[in-house]
Amino acid sequence: MNKLIIGRYLPGTSLLHILDARAKLIAGFYFIFILFFAEDWPAYILLWSFTFWVMHLSGVHFKTYIRGVRPLIWLILFTVCLQVLFTAGGEIYFEWGPVTISQFGIVSGIYIFFRFVMIIFISTVITLTTKPIDLTEAIHFLLKPLRIFKIPVEEISIMLSIALRFIPNLLDETQKIMDAQKARGTEFGKGSLFQQMKTLVPIFLPLFVSSLNRAEEVANVMEVRGYQPNARRSSFRKLRWKWADTLSLVIMIFLTVGLLIMNTIV
Amino acid sequence: MAMEIRYSNVSADYQLGPIRTKNVLDDVNLFVKPSSFTAIVGQTGAGKSSLLKVMNGLIRPKQGEVKIGKYSVSSNNDPTSLKEVRKRIGMVFQFPESQLFAETVEKDICFGPLNFGVGLSEAKEMAKTAIYQVGLDASFLPKSPFSLSGGQKRRVAIAGILAMKPDILILDEPGAGLDPIGKQEILSLIASWNKNNKLTTMMVTHEMDDVAKFADDVIVMEKGKIVFHDDVRTFFADLNQIQSWNLDIPEARRFQLLIEEKTGVSLPKICLTVEELADCLIEVGLA
Repeated sequence: MNKLIIGRYLPGTSLLHILDARAKLIAGFYFIFILFFAEDWPAYILLWSFTFWVMHLSGVHFKTYIRGVRPLIWLILFTVCLQVLFTAGGEIYFEWGPVTISQFGIVSGIYIFFRFVMIIFISTVITLTTKPIDLTEAIHFLLKPLRIFKIPVEEISIMLSIALRFIPNLLDETQKIMDAQKARGTEFGKGSLFQQMKTLVPIFLPLFVSSLNRAEEVANVMEVRGYQPNARRSSFRKLRWKWADTLSLVIMIFLTVGLLIMNTIV
Repeated sequence: MAMEIRYSNVSADYQLGPIRTKNVLDDVNLFVKPSSFTAIVGQTGAGKSSLLKVMNGLIRPKQGEVKIGKYSVSSNNDPTSLKEVRKRIGMVFQFPESQLFAETVEKDICFGPLNFGVGLSEAKEMAKTAIYQVGLDASFLPKSPFSLSGGQKRRVAIAGILAMKPDILILDEPGAGLDPIGKQEILSLIASWNKNNKLTTMMVTHEMDDVAKFADDVIVMEKGKIVFHDDVRTFFADLNQIQSWNLDIPEARRFQLLIEEKTGVSLPKICLTVEELADCLIEVGLA
């Protein structure tokens, strides 16, 4: 449980911490978007340099990011394998029915791998440097236009912020329950897969029970304090757009131009 | 069988997620007398719970070691030896009812014994004994733990620990969040368990009245260190000291001080419980 880095916030004073959450969110999504336009290795080198630069700016130790990738490594490898096995073209090294290992397959597998890791790094940078509450505020702001399609933006954002608010509690509780069951002799990560799954029941069941209870409590508290779902509300936290935020978006434009140039090199 | 508990130079960090709290225990040395009932008091975050958790290896000491009888917990324990230690130590967490998970009370109580390798029929036997020990009866065994009241859940959770037949019982605020009667019942139960079976008991608490009523010894913790460890009367003797730790005194003791102040009569001894105070008052002729 404690290994999950992605989605965590680490307090700090770096430049990235100060940036507006909206700027980070837009820049982040934009980066992931242009990632798919990178065609060859010069473009990848450029994007990687940018990623490293941003990671460095966040002031968070590099090891933390590596730890963030670790829980997702199987998902990444799975995707890479699919890519390698089912992409044909170029020199073919191995063929069996629809499964081929080809030059193109391997190359695109490698690219997919790097792209995947970059996406994780960049999203980790965003969540590590942005308070969850600011992030929801930013999402709220960016979703606002969807109101014209009658999408309940307010409700979605309050749901998000409540969910995020209770993540630390949930982690805390998980730790407590795990400790309690350990004291009663449960050994985690031991025995066959089936046995290991069985040890999860005494953790998840109490967690579900307490989460449901808490959801009920929070709903009641909101009710008695007069919360109305469809009321227009102002916000206590105001996101302030500064010149640095504009600058960060300008940097993204430069990056795009750089990417297009790099794509033409090879 | 009572076991000796000895901490030598134990330091430990506590890690939750990315946040590491350094030195929740800072060079702790401690010897707990076998069969004694020790209360651990101190401010929030002083390391009271950590002091207990380090004993069964839920927090590993980064330095030093804890000796429990012939077992030892240190930074280089292998996990199998921890299981042995955990079998000997029954740990009741804060709000232990939150660890209940099984469909029936019986299954939940059996969980601990089964984990420690007891056979099913024997575990059921143990569950039966344990449910009576906590003041409930066999009619609760087939019920769902989630259908019980708060106090009953807590009893069931404690029964789940007692069923393991531990040699040492450690408790983290066992009375928190219960009504006064329920709380007194639970604490009396623990105290009688301690007396009848001569088992070493350690309990974290905030209630000085409970300390006065049940404990033999008191440990005061401050910033990861043990700043006081002696018997309960010595502890309550020095008022200034207690105030400097931001701790309270028992109701009876406070009342005694008030009487002494108003009447100018000083009572022959320090009274920790209502009964003692009443006796003293009769003795000096004030009642």
